Amino acid sequence: MAASCVAASELLNNIKQISALGPKASYVVRAVSTTSPQCHAQLPQRARSAPQQLVGVVGLEIHAQINSSTKLFSGAPVRFSAPPNSLVSFFDASLPGTLPVLNKRCVEAAVMTGLALNCAVNRKSLFDRKHYFYADLPAGYQITQQRLPIAVDGVLTYSLLGGKKRNQVMRKNVTIKQIQLEQDSGKSLHDDVRSQTLIDLNRAGVGLMELVMEPDMSCGEEAAAAVRELQLILQALGTCQGNMSEGQLRVDANVSVHRPGEPLGVRTEVKNINSIRYLARAIDYEIQRQIDVLQRGGTVQNETRAYDSKSGETLPMRDKEGLQDYRFMPEPNLPPLILYEDNASLPTGIDACQVVVVQKIKEGLPELPSVKRDRLVQMYEILPEHSFTLVNEDGLVDYFEAVLKATKKEPRKVIGWVTNELLGHLKQQDMSVCQSPISPSALAELLELQETGHISSSVAKQVFQEMWRSPGKTARQITQEQDLGLVSDTAQLHIICQKVVDSHPDEVHAIRSGNKKVLNKLMGLVQKETKGRADPVLVRAILQKKTS
Amino acid sequence: PNTGFLLRCLRQSERELLNHCRITGKRVGGNKHGGSQRPLAAGRLFLQFFSYGSVCFPRSAGSTDGAFGAVKNPWGYAAPYRERTKADPDSDWVVTGGSSGGSAAAVASLTSYLALGSDTGGSTRNPGSLCGVVALKPTYGLLSRHGLIPLVNSMDVPGIMTRSVNDAAVVLGILQGLDVRDSTTVPAPSSLTELPEDFDVRNICVGIPKEYHAPGLSEETLAQWSSVADLFEEAGARVERVSLPHTQYSIVCYHVLCHAEVASNMARFDGLEYGHRSQTDGSTEVMYASSRHEGFNDVVRGRILSGNYFLLKRNYQHYFVKAQKVRRLIANDFQHVFSSGVDVLLTPTTLTDAARYRDFTQEDNRTRSAQEDVFTQPANMAGSLYKAGQIWALTAHSVRCQVYLYNTRHYMKTRCAYCSSRICEVREEAFER
Repeated sequence: MAASCVAASELLNNIKQISALGPKASYVVRAVSTTSPQCHAQLPQRARSAPQQLVGVVGLEIHAQINSSTKLFSGAPVRFSAPPNSLVSFFDASLPGTLPVLNKRCVEAAVMTGLALNCAVNRKSLFDRKHYFYADLPAGYQITQQRLPIAVDGVLTYSLLGGKKRNQVMRKNVTIKQIQLEQDSGKSLHDDVRSQTLIDLNRAGVGLMELVMEPDMSCGEEAAAAVRELQLILQALGTCQGNMSEGQLRVDANVSVHRPGEPLGVRTEVKNINSIRYLARAIDYEIQRQIDVLQRGGTVQNETRAYDSKSGETLPMRDKEGLQDYRFMPEPNLPPLILYEDNASLPTGIDACQVVVVQKIKEGLPELPSVKRDRLVQMYEILPEHSFTLVNEDGLVDYFEAVLKATKKEPRKVIGWVTNELLGHLKQQDMSVCQSPISPSALAELLELQETGHISSSVAKQVFQEMWRSPGKTARQITQEQDLGLVSDTAQLHIICQKVVDSHPDEVHAIRSGNKKVLNKLMGLVQKETKGRADPVLVRAILQKKTS
Repeated sequence: PNTGFLLRCLRQSERELLNHCRITGKRVGGNKHGGSQRPLAAGRLFLQFFSYGSVCFPRSAGSTDGAFGAVKNPWGYAAPYRERTKADPDSDWVVTGGSSGGSAAAVASLTSYLALGSDTGGSTRNPGSLCGVVALKPTYGLLSRHGLIPLVNSMDVPGIMTRSVNDAAVVLGILQGLDVRDSTTVPAPSSLTELPEDFDVRNICVGIPKEYHAPGLSEETLAQWSSVADLFEEAGARVERVSLPHTQYSIVCYHVLCHAEVASNMARFDGLEYGHRSQTDGSTEVMYASSRHEGFNDVVRGRILSGNYFLLKRNYQHYFVKAQKVRRLIANDFQHVFSSGVDVLLTPTTLTDAARYRDFTQEDNRTRSAQEDVFTQPANMAGSLYKAGQIWALTAHSVRCQVYLYNTRHYMKTRCAYCSSRICEVREEAFER
């Protein structure tokens, strides 16, 4: 990332130099470095006739594994990390004579996801066969929804933290072209030692929702934010657990570059991305690679590339040669999938529990992340960026609300502790909220101590550190053990202050002459005497009196 | 043995034996229908289902290419035939027709009261006709296809072969109905299979489609067809000429759709999970190619190649979609005829009588099936689930005529079947011996 920033600034420099030579020429400078948040900033266009810089265009194809107990068309169970080929029904193994039977839960999951993403849910959708030969596809075809998918034309609204201090919440939209139900394939494990490939069909037939996002994004950060938001939505709905490392959420990026206003460039597909962080890096690398190719006078190939997390590069994938003709054909064993609007529109004789009713699903939708964020801002009067951070981290909202229950402190004062102190420490040690050594009640106790004046804020931070290091010790215990309690004994403070005042006549003179800032130095000295335990408000008052 | 006994035995085993097929690795016995050979739970009645026809892959129009050998028509061994032709039945034997020839032979030779086959383009009715048994192709969606090795998913149905229409009705009554394991099944209409004793033929109208005077129709079959029509007329039924104008396109249409689906359904045979796997395994692609080349005969390979051709993106509209449209026209033909007062259609089932093997093999399989299917496959194409009309077809006895019945008035159907079989019984030779 640093390298491209350097390159970018070098480029900017060069451009400035050129423009210095030719006063009439002016260049619109667009940020070439796509790793900085400015990739999406709208810079003013000064001269339309001037050539513009290449920018990235990113679309995503996301496969989300449906959170269901059995597979899409068979009764085999869905589980992660089971012994190989232990979750395979006859249908999954493509034994002739077996037929697909649609899983209602999968349909409901797709409808829920479609509604949450503001899609139009198609009341009638169709299943097709997509043919290709591969060892992990036993039937030689995948059942998918190519002609008429279950949901189309949605919008995903996501937020980015931008601005100079990365504390401005910027909302962006990406269009969801369609959501379709399809089968997952099995897994192939290449054993190079014995020159063989092992096939595990446990995953074959698991239900997937394929979400196709239009190329509305322009850099890795946007794509990462969009995927993060989608993850949160799917997790809130319960339709997908969204764990990228376990393969529950798979993202392929379609990347191209062009100059704004011109037609889109040739795109490449980037696969093998196992985390959101890698997604951003892979996309940014690919955009830069394509820009480099074009600037050297070459052309970008329409190909599939794999992301190598070790080197941070995308490399061409050899086995995708030429364009495939998938020979799509309607799936003859599955009638059209019909969804009903509401109970009133059910034909007579049909039991409501045998069908999927859209109205019912709409009513049962849980609170979506964006709604949650707004609610938190309103309820607790915290800033949007805080709310954003809270919702973005698994379990942090619950933590925050648990702390609030146990303390009288205002939410606005608690939020900083949660988003800065707690989250900071967690991130440093790559821990999740549920692994925090400090429980919500323990933190609440600490905050109570500070609120009631037993300890100062700087001491509170110290105590926090100590609590982190020694989980199990309460704030009260630590305060007592290390004698960190706030010294509010006025008599004692008077003595200490007097001592400081007496030993620093020059400073006192300066204060009396009008330089009030020197008071802080005296305060610092007092605090040093008291090892930071003096009540700062009292100390200031006493010193002021003494130096007036 | 009476029907009641049969009924009791069948009902005891429910659908288990009849629908549940065992696929045992390489010995995928039977034409697309894994046959299991074991006695019923009842024990006393021993029903054996032999479906030797052809093994899985080849769909042989004469049941001559099976893995266990060819099926010979039992009638070739009958005394009158041998006397007439002076043929040696072992060397100069007669084909059964196909592809469920084994099933037909079993019933015809009195080995079994009941046999199941499959009917995609006539595979049950064709051998049924040539072996002189009752062969019923039920409406698509009435019988579950779970366990039936698929050829053309949108046309396959399990076929029923028995020696009398009564038996066929009984079996149908047991087998029909919704199966959750097959998403294309429908709930069975009620009181379908009660055959009435008092049935008045004067109430029905029999249609004779003029387009079924096909080239290649033998004099003998034409005479049979006419005489059955006369029988109905003499009994008081109205017999009318009707037209199914798109009949001429049905063979080609059937072939396009059939091949496309075959190409798709055969994609699973790669030797990986089951079935024949070639020794040549330098790479996955090579292993696939050689396993499939070795395991499929040229008929199947030809179908796969043409089917994949039809499904290519650039060809899909011209062939597949076009064929589907023509299919609808064919189905509409039937619908029009049946809604204009005709109750049943009477047609031949096969062009000629059962041929001798050496004559039969003069033409290749593709030509044979193209010729032989001409009367039977329109029913498969028209009798699909999503149509208002549902087509049955029933081949009766040695008459080798086929009766198409429309499903709107269910009880009519079986009555007609019954009636036609009754009429035919008058004419047939002593069958029960």
